[in-house]
Amino acid sequence: MIDKRVANVAAAMDGITDGATVLVGGFGAVGQPNQLIDGLIEQGARDLTIVANNSGVAEFGLAKLMKLRRVRKIICSFPRSAGSFVFEELYRAGEIELELVPQGTLAERMRAAGAGIPAFYTPTAFGTKLAEGKPTAEIGGRNCVLEYALPGDVALVEAWEGDRWGNLTYKDSGRNFNPVMAAAAKLTIVQVQRIVELGALPPEAVVTPGVYVDRLVAVPHEGPQG
Amino acid sequence: MTIQARDRVGMAARVAADIPEGWWVNLGIGIPVLVADHVPLDREVVFHSENGVLGMGPAPAPDKVNPWLINAGKTHVTLRQGGSYVHHADSFSIIRGGHLDLCVLGAFEVAQNGDIANWSRSDNDFAPAVGGAMDLAVGAKRLWAVMEHTTKTGESRLVKTCTYPLTALGAVSRVYTNLAVLDVTERGFVVVDIVPGLDFAGLQERTAATLHLPA
Repeated sequence: MIDKRVANVAAAMDGITDGATVLVGGFGAVGQPNQLIDGLIEQGARDLTIVANNSGVAEFGLAKLMKLRRVRKIICSFPRSAGSFVFEELYRAGEIELELVPQGTLAERMRAAGAGIPAFYTPTAFGTKLAEGKPTAEIGGRNCVLEYALPGDVALVEAWEGDRWGNLTYKDSGRNFNPVMAAAAKLTIVQVQRIVELGALPPEAVVTPGVYVDRLVAVPHEGPQG
Repeated sequence: MTIQARDRVGMAARVAADIPEGWWVNLGIGIPVLVADHVPLDREVVFHSENGVLGMGPAPAPDKVNPWLINAGKTHVTLRQGGSYVHHADSFSIIRGGHLDLCVLGAFEVAQNGDIANWSRSDNDFAPAVGGAMDLAVGAKRLWAVMEHTTKTGESRLVKTCTYPLTALGAVSRVYTNLAVLDVTERGFVVVDIVPGLDFAGLQERTAATLHLPA
C-alpha cells in the first residue's frame, strides 16, 4: 500500500542534512508552510541554502531560522519587505549570502529542475546587473540569458487537502510556488489542512499528483500568518 | 494659469482611460495598482497578479476578507467571476510568453530608447529586491511606465540614459507622468498630451531628454 502519511512534523523532517538546499513554498505568508519551517528549526540542520520568494518577517519562521545562524545562503526574488529585519541585519553584517533572482526566472529554474531541463535561455534580465557574468545568446532575434535549473534536496510545501498517495489541492492564491517546488526536490514534504480518503479528491482538482510527494503531514491551522 | 499636475490618483485614472475592453493586464506595485479602481466594471479588463491570480477584483469589505487571496503587493483582494488561479511557473509563463496585453510598472527613470530602471537606486543597494519586474518588463505585449516627471529635488526622470541599475532594455512604449503622456518612439519621446497650464517648452524645461512633437 502506498502511504505517504507521517505521524507528525518531527517525523516529516527526518534525514534533512546539514548543507541541504531547501525549497520553501509561499508568497509572503500565503501558502508558506510555517509548521514545517518550525519543524526544520526543531530538527537542527545547519548551513542551509534556502530558496524562497521572500526572506521571512519578524522573528519567526524563516526569519527565526536565519536568526539562529542556520542559513548560509538565501536564493530569493524579494528579500526585503516590511518586517524582514533579521535578514537585513545579517546581510548588512555579511553573515548571509544572497543570490537575487528575478521572480519568473526563480520559478522557471525550479520548474526546469522538476522537468529534467538542465538549463534554458530567457530574455528576462538581459543587459542588467542580475545577468552579469552569465552566458548570453541571441535567439530568434531576442537577446537571452542562460539560466540553470535549481533543484532542491528538500521541498517544504503547504497544500490544502491531500490523500495517502500524496495527491494535493491548494487554496486560492496559496498555490503560488508550492506545486513548482513539489516537483523540483529529491525529498518533498507537505503539510495539509487535512488528509482525506483516497478517491475523495476530484481527479480534476488535483494540482500536484502524488508522484511528486514523499511525505504528508496534517497540520490544521487557521490561515496565513506573518 | 497654474500647472494642473496630476496627483497619484489622477495619473492612475489617466492610464485607465487608455485601457480598452478585452485586455489582460498586470499592474505593478505603487501607482499602477491604483489603475484598476478607474476601469469601470462594465468594461471587461482582466487583471493578472504575478502570484497566480487571473481576474483579480478590488479590495474586499473588512468583514469579507479571504486570508488566502492576496495580490503581488501582499494585500487582500477579491476574485471576479471568471477568475482563476495558476501556480508561479504558469503565472510567469503568462507574463514571459507574451500573453498579457499590457503591463504597467512604476519607475525611477525611463530613457528615450525605452530602457527602464525601477528596482534599485544604486549599484551598492542595501539588500536589493527585484521581484517580478524584470520578467514583466520583457514579457508583456506592451509596457507602460507611470511615475512623477521629476524627482523631489526637481531632476528629470525622463533621461537620455538611465543612471540607476536597469530593469530591462528598450522595453517601455509609453510613459505617464504627473505632467504629460509620452510615447517612446525611434525618434525618442514624443509628447501625446500635456496637463493644462504647461506648454511644450515648459515641459521640455523639466525634462532631461529631448522631446518631440507628433509627426
